[in-house]
Amino acid sequence: LPQITEVCGAKRVGYFGPAQFYLALKLIAAAQSGFPVRIESIKNELPLPRFPALKADSEAWYGTPAELQPGKFQLPHAALEKNSYKRTDEGDKQEAKSPSMSPMCSPPASPSAYQRVPLTYGYGKSRSGLEQQHGAPYEVRHSAHQQDGPGNYGAKPALACSALNQSLSVEQEQQDSSSHYSDDPWRITEEQRDYYINQFKSLQPDLSSFISGSVAKNFFTKSKLPIPELSHIWELSDVDCDGALTLPEFCAAFHLVVARKNGYQLPETLPETLLPEYLQAASLKPIHDCTLFGSYSEALPGAQQSRDFSRAEKTSAEEAPASSALLPDGKKDDKQALKGSAALKTIPKEFQHLTMKTVAQESNAHRARPRSRSYSSTSLEDAMKKGEEPPTPPPRPQKSHSRASSLDLNKIFQQNTQAVRSGWLPPPPPALPPRPSVSQTEQPSEVELHPQLNRAPAQAEENSPAKKEVVLAQPPSKPARRKLRTEAQGLETPELSPTVSVTSALPAAKTHLPVQKQPSKQKRAIQTAIRKNKEANAVLARLNSELQQQLKEVHKERIALETQLEQLRPVTVL
Amino acid sequence: VLLSIICSPPQNYPLYIRSVPTENELKFHYTVHTSLDVVDEKISAMGKALVDQRELYLGLLYPTEDYKVYGYVTNSKVKFVMVVDSSNTALRDNEIRSMFRKLHNSYTDIMCNPFYNPGDRIQSRAFDNMVNSMMMQVC
Repeated sequence: LPQITEVCGAKRVGYFGPAQFYLALKLIAAAQSGFPVRIESIKNELPLPRFPALKADSEAWYGTPAELQPGKFQLPHAALEKNSYKRTDEGDKQEAKSPSMSPMCSPPASPSAYQRVPLTYGYGKSRSGLEQQHGAPYEVRHSAHQQDGPGNYGAKPALACSALNQSLSVEQEQQDSSSHYSDDPWRITEEQRDYYINQFKSLQPDLSSFISGSVAKNFFTKSKLPIPELSHIWELSDVDCDGALTLPEFCAAFHLVVARKNGYQLPETLPETLLPEYLQAASLKPIHDCTLFGSYSEALPGAQQSRDFSRAEKTSAEEAPASSALLPDGKKDDKQALKGSAALKTIPKEFQHLTMKTVAQESNAHRARPRSRSYSSTSLEDAMKKGEEPPTPPPRPQKSHSRASSLDLNKIFQQNTQAVRSGWLPPPPPALPPRPSVSQTEQPSEVELHPQLNRAPAQAEENSPAKKEVVLAQPPSKPARRKLRTEAQGLETPELSPTVSVTSALPAAKTHLPVQKQPSKQKRAIQTAIRKNKEANAVLARLNSELQQQLKEVHKERIALETQLEQLRPVTVL
Repeated sequence: VLLSIICSPPQNYPLYIRSVPTENELKFHYTVHTSLDVVDEKISAMGKALVDQRELYLGLLYPTEDYKVYGYVTNSKVKFVMVVDSSNTALRDNEIRSMFRKLHNSYTDIMCNPFYNPGDRIQSRAFDNMVNSMMMQVC
């Protein structure tokens, strides 16, 4: 077991922190005595650097066990998942939901994790202790979490918590599969998916192609699981039984390996959430819509939620139902959004700078709300368009993306990951020559994000609030894709001020990028960005038409209601 | 009463044995082993047409036991043997063929698994489920 943990720890050095933390928690549960010592020491550091030094933490993740820390919001998430897994019905939902919803509750979870650590089967007992401690009421537990948490988190997290609680209570009423988001150990979180995708890329650069059986075998054998179990995992995940793993299959297999290593028993059949179709829809979205969505999705849902609860405005309300209607898995997105919002408010993850940006944007959105409302017609449409882009015509734009610019998108995606997670991931083979050109676009987009954010508060212009609304509204429709957001902003900025931004970005990119980029590559990058913008425009136009149709329907409904009212009025008069 | 066995060349040792009734299993095993010789005989007899999709083997019909043994060989000389009780008169040839086809498909699925080494005993849970469901269907 220590070997397993070492392997997990060593292997997961390149992980995202949350995923690693998640895994570490599970390992703790499954581990023997030797393991807790290590994790305990790691967890000791958890409360301290959590809030203030999140940036440093996220950057220090790579190469240090402290990587576990950033996953703090995952900690309760994982802990509760584990709990829910061990106890089928003990208010699992409540607890599972509370941690997923309240990342700031992770610090309390870490002390509880301390308690758990020394126990193996006592893990379950401590869980029960946890449950008992926090009592039945969900809010009580939540507040208890808040109290236990370090004083770093103030009223805002509490507000967010309460908002999340409310949203959670709303969510709880609906027995969606997404409501089991935090309960379900078989659901792949975004961070995990991103990590799996990265691993996939390390094995097979083309995201749309297969990993052959032998390659996958070698890879999964590294996890040191027994061969029969690996064989079973393969059977479960290779749905089409072709001897090769596509990306969703690979994600499912990887997730099963992860789960197994953390002590979960392998299921007999592939869980719903790991089905390739499900994963395909979800994984293709990040791949193909990486141009539009990023950590915004996290920020915006959170922003949206807080908006809903704090201000209950029409625009957000419209966005919420529309976006939820748009997405087949809207609840999941909400959950992710909540999680993301919580993460935003508490722990920016590896995309900490992006999340900071989103926080800033969120505040901007709040300020810009009065203005944005006036612009809601346009910005909302834009937002809804962008939000609707993946759900409504899912295969077509994705395919177009995959066919037309899959390579670019892959590069961009990878560049996003590279640029964003440069601190904690070993950079993908920098030898790939096309990548630098893409990274240029990425760097400028990221660089531009910052100035945009800085400009936004200062400017009371339509562009920035509209853009913010667009970007902000995007996440409600889309699961968290932070990298995509950078892309989105990167794309939007060219849209707004193509030449200026690009030229300004170029010198900025040059300053940022140590590697020498040739002008031709820059031009190519610009061209790819332009092409993507055009594609985005086409999709937005489609979204616009759909939104107009929806508007017409709503008008009809309104007219019907008005006629009904008129009919009723004479009755009352009489 | 149903028993199925998969045997692989060249030594013809069984990779997988599953029977629905738990009694008299050894007798079935013995029967299967003896039938393997007959199957090999038939294979060698068909020198030209190596594509041997289906083989109905009704030879072993003991007067007392009264059961049938069916054989099936794949292109890679993997033999499937099925012993069926004759009291199940409802079993037609087509059903036997379909059962063998299902077995063959499941076997190829197992082969696709890179963690499976040809020659190992088959421990796939999916395969077990398939065989169990098939047997339940018959009985």
